[in-house]
Amino acid sequence: MATDNLIEISNVDYWYDRRRAILSGIDMAIPRGKVVAIMGISGSGKTTLLRLIGGVMKARKGEVKVDGQLVNKLNSDGIYKMRRRMGMLFQFGALFTDMTVFDNVAFQMREHTNLPERMIRDLVYMKLHAVGLRGAHRLMPSELSGGMARRVALARAIALDPMLMLYDEPFTGLDPISLGVIRNLIRRLNDALGATSIVVTHDVQEALELVDYVYYMSDGKIVAHGTPQELLANREPLVHQFVYGEPDGPVPFQYPGRNYAEDLKLGARRA
Amino acid sequence: MPERAIYSIRRLGHATIDSVLRLGYAARFIMLTLLHSGTGFRRLHLTIRELYFTGVLSLIIILVSGLFVGMVLGFQGFQTLQTYGSESALGVLVALSLVRELGPVVAALLFASRAGSAMTAEIGLMKATEQLSAMEMMAVDPIARVVAPRFWAGFISMPLLAAMFSAMGVFGGYLVGVVLIGVDEGSFWSQMQSAVDFREDIVNGVIKSIVFGFAVTWIALFEGYDAPPTAEGVSGATTRTVVTSSLVVLGLDFVLTSFMFRGV
Repeated sequence: MATDNLIEISNVDYWYDRRRAILSGIDMAIPRGKVVAIMGISGSGKTTLLRLIGGVMKARKGEVKVDGQLVNKLNSDGIYKMRRRMGMLFQFGALFTDMTVFDNVAFQMREHTNLPERMIRDLVYMKLHAVGLRGAHRLMPSELSGGMARRVALARAIALDPMLMLYDEPFTGLDPISLGVIRNLIRRLNDALGATSIVVTHDVQEALELVDYVYYMSDGKIVAHGTPQELLANREPLVHQFVYGEPDGPVPFQYPGRNYAEDLKLGARRA
Repeated sequence: MPERAIYSIRRLGHATIDSVLRLGYAARFIMLTLLHSGTGFRRLHLTIRELYFTGVLSLIIILVSGLFVGMVLGFQGFQTLQTYGSESALGVLVALSLVRELGPVVAALLFASRAGSAMTAEIGLMKATEQLSAMEMMAVDPIARVVAPRFWAGFISMPLLAAMFSAMGVFGGYLVGVVLIGVDEGSFWSQMQSAVDFREDIVNGVIKSIVFGFAVTWIALFEGYDAPPTAEGVSGATTRTVVTSSLVVLGLDFVLTSFMFRGV
């Protein structure tokens, strides 16, 4: 049923240069309330796909629908309106370095609402409490560890109770404890807010434990999708190599180049 | 050989297209900044905060440089004027050089290297650390929230800094000429008062500093906003801000001067 999907992407192509497609023929449906991972090796087009959903870039062909709205046909006002109902967690948090933790979380409330400062204060404390950092509200971003910064950024992203959460590589560069905290928060916040979440990641273990459904991308195409169990059982060599982290396979270890023997001039010496 | 020639022609073409494109982007950027300036004025605290960073924090370098430039002018001017027995015109020389030229130009050069480079680096780093993208994803336009307040802060503070530079320079000239060398105080001030014309000299100087403030701030903000989001990108943009705005200030100064002082 169409209405049960918050996001519907059909036959989407994207390119910077017509000769080299970044995304081609993407079809995807993300049901409301679910946590969905988009996985793939670096350069497979997953971040680009996230940007198309967020309206940062527009699909060259096909349709991207978020909550029934065609994102690639919206003007900038429409996109800004839509983004007020989205939250995005950036790879390294992207906190505003000239503001305290409190002001970072309060940023959107002050920009988009006319709430009195007392209410903003309560809301910010609630959001910070949800990520366990109420006590850190006075700190500057430079005083936070990587994991804490990511949690503050998460509190900032949920400031306006978004219907859609986008996570761009949320697990990169975190210690195991912070990683576990972030993973739990993604699930808990999704369920508590009644939101839908998309997690772009290449962290197999974390993602498969966390999400309801996985899309696996390679070279700008979706090559497999299914539940985490289905993906683990997938026999497709590309998926198998990725899920089990094998160094060589369909994705070669060596960057394509000339013949090794030729590069070492072995033939020349013999001649 | 023809291949190399074709290659160089292609590179020349690329470079030309790139610079025209960048010029277009820069024009679009300043238009957007002006269009979105409403936010900066509605929430004045953003602009006031930037005024502190660009204006107040540049004060020391501007005042100290102004004092020293004025003192040097006092020495040099006295030496030359003495040859013709007209030391009493020292005040005029110091004041006119500062108000017409040195005030706006040197203050703009210092402003570019003190405040301009800081603006470029700050915005470039905000871009490199995805703060600008984050803002956009939060449905807040970075041009309205980050760029416009900085633009107005630069635009407002530059003429004030130039005026303070000139005032400090006149004081420096006085210190050296009157206090140190002993030029007659009365003629120092009275000749200055009668020779410096409000419309011709002071207003023209102020106009210059406004134009320079606009140009330097525009260049600094655009370079930051357009910087490639890497360490080299930001450092290159910061260097370009200082080099480009210095050259633009000197070029504009020539053009403005040739229009302003045609009859002189």
